[in-house]
Amino acid sequence: MSTKQTLATVWLDGCSGCHMSFLDIDERLLELAVLADLVYSPLVDTKEFPEMVDITLIEGAVSSEEDYHKIKKVRAHTRLLVSLGDCAVTANVPAMRNRFSVRSVLERAYLENADLNQQIPVEVIPSLRERSVPVHQVVPVDIFIPGCPPSNDTIYYGLTELLAGRRPDFGTMTRFGA
Amino acid sequence: MKRPFKTRIKTLKIDGIDVGAREDETLLELAQENDIFIPTLCHLEGVHDIGGCRLCLVEVKGTNKLLPACMTYAEEGMEVTTNSERLQMYRRQVLDLLFSERNHVCSVCVSNGHCELQWLAGKLGISHVGVPYLYPQLSVDASHRFYIYDPNRCILCTRCVRVCDEIEGAHTWDVMGRGTDCLIISDLNQPWGTSDTCTRCGKCVQVCPTGALFHKTKAVAEMEKRRDFLPYLRTMREGRK
Repeated sequence: MSTKQTLATVWLDGCSGCHMSFLDIDERLLELAVLADLVYSPLVDTKEFPEMVDITLIEGAVSSEEDYHKIKKVRAHTRLLVSLGDCAVTANVPAMRNRFSVRSVLERAYLENADLNQQIPVEVIPSLRERSVPVHQVVPVDIFIPGCPPSNDTIYYGLTELLAGRRPDFGTMTRFGA
Repeated sequence: MKRPFKTRIKTLKIDGIDVGAREDETLLELAQENDIFIPTLCHLEGVHDIGGCRLCLVEVKGTNKLLPACMTYAEEGMEVTTNSERLQMYRRQVLDLLFSERNHVCSVCVSNGHCELQWLAGKLGISHVGVPYLYPQLSVDASHRFYIYDPNRCILCTRCVRVCDEIEGAHTWDVMGRGTDCLIISDLNQPWGTSDTCTRCGKCVQVCPTGALFHKTKAVAEMEKRRDFLPYLRTMREGRK
């Protein structure tokens, strides 16, 4: 059994830019791999969220029923939950739909703006919740990393601090919209 | 603006440091002169202060009330605290409320990277907003030939109202409604482009701390404001009298 710490990343309602920025850590990923095992992520093949994970990075807002159930489950099986990026921290662009009803948003996307197959999907695609909200409005969050996306240096710094058992102080490294 | 006092010197303490102030100086001006940081969003050098944003609240020994530094004149023997834990907590709450009251989306805003609200959030360590967002329904006014007014990004600092009235002398902008219904309006609450009083000078655009007023030609993160004209205009006019 490995004594390494475990790391997971989760992709909710976001553009995957935060994951791209995470990958943009480049060769330093090898240094992180010495400190922690990536046990669950859109970047790896694990299907089920593990029993307990030390650090989980969340990208994206909580927008659909699937997001909602996923984040509840992830929180229950994570020691340290990190909101990574503006969508997780503020709901950002996904929340721009909140001024309109779910019905009118779906009609706009799948009927008015569709050239072919004009129909609102009822299968496979998870149903939208009334509002798209930041992660900390659904479950308690331990660490917030704003940024759209947070830079690779910010993510690397945050992860190395957390893996060393310290609380990162991002200072002016990142901000909303950075 | 006419100063209410003759100039005499007062001595007082800010954060334990001895400072000398003119009698007609506010605590905010005095602090800025002495490189002591007090956050503010509604204060703007060149137009009169209103004490609206409540970010410059300070503690003054001998009173339980928090006083806005921009509206409080220096007094002999005053002991002022500018950065206690209590003040930091209230300032964070003010920013929480500003972010949650309108629809601020920094990542797609014209003023991203040049916004005073965004900068201050970073400076005061706001990593997230602790209260639920309100998501009000507000429509963008793009009727003006050169500029756009987006109330979604407005924090009601009224700098635009004051600069338009006091410096340009047009008084195109004013304030309507109360509480969360409060809005900046042009003329008689009509589209900006139909305003009879607007001179298209753009002073309001330049003094706006956020992306609520911006140039039509600007895309995301492109709108940089220029404020240097204001103290300059002020000095030139005062010198002429």
